[in-house]
Amino acid sequence: MSVEPPALDVAQIGHSYGARRALDDVSFSVPAGSFTVLLGLNGAGKSTLFSLITRLYAAREGKIEIFGHDVARESGEALRQLGVVFQARTLDLELSVMQNFVYHAALHGIGPAEARRRGQAALERSGLADRAKDKARDLSGGLMRRVEILRALLHEPRLLLLDEPTVGLDIKARADILAHVRALVAERNLAVLWTTHLIDEVEPTNDVVVLHQGKVLAADTSANIIAATDTETIGAAFERLTGAKMRDAA
Amino acid sequence: MTSETSGFTARQYAICLAGVVWREALRFLHQRERFVSALVRPLVWLLIFAAGFRQVLGVSIIPPYETYVLYEVYITPGLMAMIQLFNGMQSSLSMVYDREMGNMRTLLVSPFPRWFLLGSKLLAGVAVSILQVYAYLIIAYFWEIEPPTPLGYLTVLPALALAGLMFGALGMLLSSAIKQLENFAGVMNFVIFPMFFASSALYPLWRVQESSPFLYWVCIANPFTHAVELIRFAFYEKISWESLAAVAGYTTLFSAGALIAYDPAKGMLMRKGG
Repeated sequence: MSVEPPALDVAQIGHSYGARRALDDVSFSVPAGSFTVLLGLNGAGKSTLFSLITRLYAAREGKIEIFGHDVARESGEALRQLGVVFQARTLDLELSVMQNFVYHAALHGIGPAEARRRGQAALERSGLADRAKDKARDLSGGLMRRVEILRALLHEPRLLLLDEPTVGLDIKARADILAHVRALVAERNLAVLWTTHLIDEVEPTNDVVVLHQGKVLAADTSANIIAATDTETIGAAFERLTGAKMRDAA
Repeated sequence: MTSETSGFTARQYAICLAGVVWREALRFLHQRERFVSALVRPLVWLLIFAAGFRQVLGVSIIPPYETYVLYEVYITPGLMAMIQLFNGMQSSLSMVYDREMGNMRTLLVSPFPRWFLLGSKLLAGVAVSILQVYAYLIIAYFWEIEPPTPLGYLTVLPALALAGLMFGALGMLLSSAIKQLENFAGVMNFVIFPMFFASSALYPLWRVQESSPFLYWVCIANPFTHAVELIRFAFYEKISWESLAAVAGYTTLFSAGALIAYDPAKGMLMRKGG
């Protein structure tokens, strides 16, 4: 038997917008059941990478696999394993929380009765059972994000991508979301790729991929990257690797 | 195109389609001002414009009509098509809006094949446009605008479905090309108004031919003309084969264009960057 393939395997991905090179020879992988941070400044190429992984557009150079399924050739199988929380808010504001769940479930072939059952259970686990009928418009920013994360997990994916999920949230909401997702990794053996430009969201045991100007400068555990760069913190390591100041928005 | 086998059952495809249509209908019901304006627009034409012009424009007996008809009766199929044209363009606007808001991404990240997702979205828009047309017909009924027999309400349904599909596909094709929300004003000026006026919606084409042969050929080539005629004949329980062929042909053409535009490998989304 072969060993289980990584949750996400990005191999030699390149992408250009016209003459501008957005990604160049990007390779890294996210092991199953791990919390991996994709660290990069705005404009590093994180969003482009996200669009390629989610097949918004096709990778022309290199290959992306989700649990061994090529996103370009077996996109159905690959996307089935994938839950996504986009940087932009994507809840239907006119619809209730539960209606948003039912719509998302339908997009994965899950019927309304089962969607309601899963949705209610997810809300109860998160202490949000009384919010099912609230309109998405009436939720706070932090709550909206938590609902988006619950929604992304309704079809029980094994890999969760989050694109700058804490942008625009206050410190408490940020901490809540981070704790929530870390708990999911531990409880469900979920693989997470968490992109951010906020250094304080990295823990020493996390895998970190440093993306800068479209290139991967380091991909290892946070502790190893710190050691290899002969620095004290991941923030200092990032600055040494990139020559850029990382904003530490604590 | 997307050739993957997603491994979904027919029931799951049905669930996905029903979910997309259900969401579109819910959104439509929540946006009451959209519903009201969809009704007010044709009613303004019917109750004000047509009333003013009925004395100016005489309509001779032309198929499918077998007697002289009031101008209000003549322009009703054109107004039905106009409702659908606006709706098709509005769906395209909502796709641009959705794309900016990320809702389109939520749709496209679904594991179902992309042609199926876009097709579902298209059908959802058509369903909404048919609801609007029937709401208009209910009001028009009180102005004594009705088909010769009640059966006309039923026979017009397939015509509305096909015309709705054509406008939806056209809207989808345009939506891939429109980047900014504000450009809907451009769509109004460059798509909706020319299509509406250069057609048989407001005046029979023989009148156009008398004044300008060139414009006549523009009208003949205009997909909107054929949608209007298809609806006009169907409302009178008849079929205009020529219009049916034209609408079917344009629908195929626009759908193919939209699929290419939204195809991840070739699409225009890619060129725009993100």
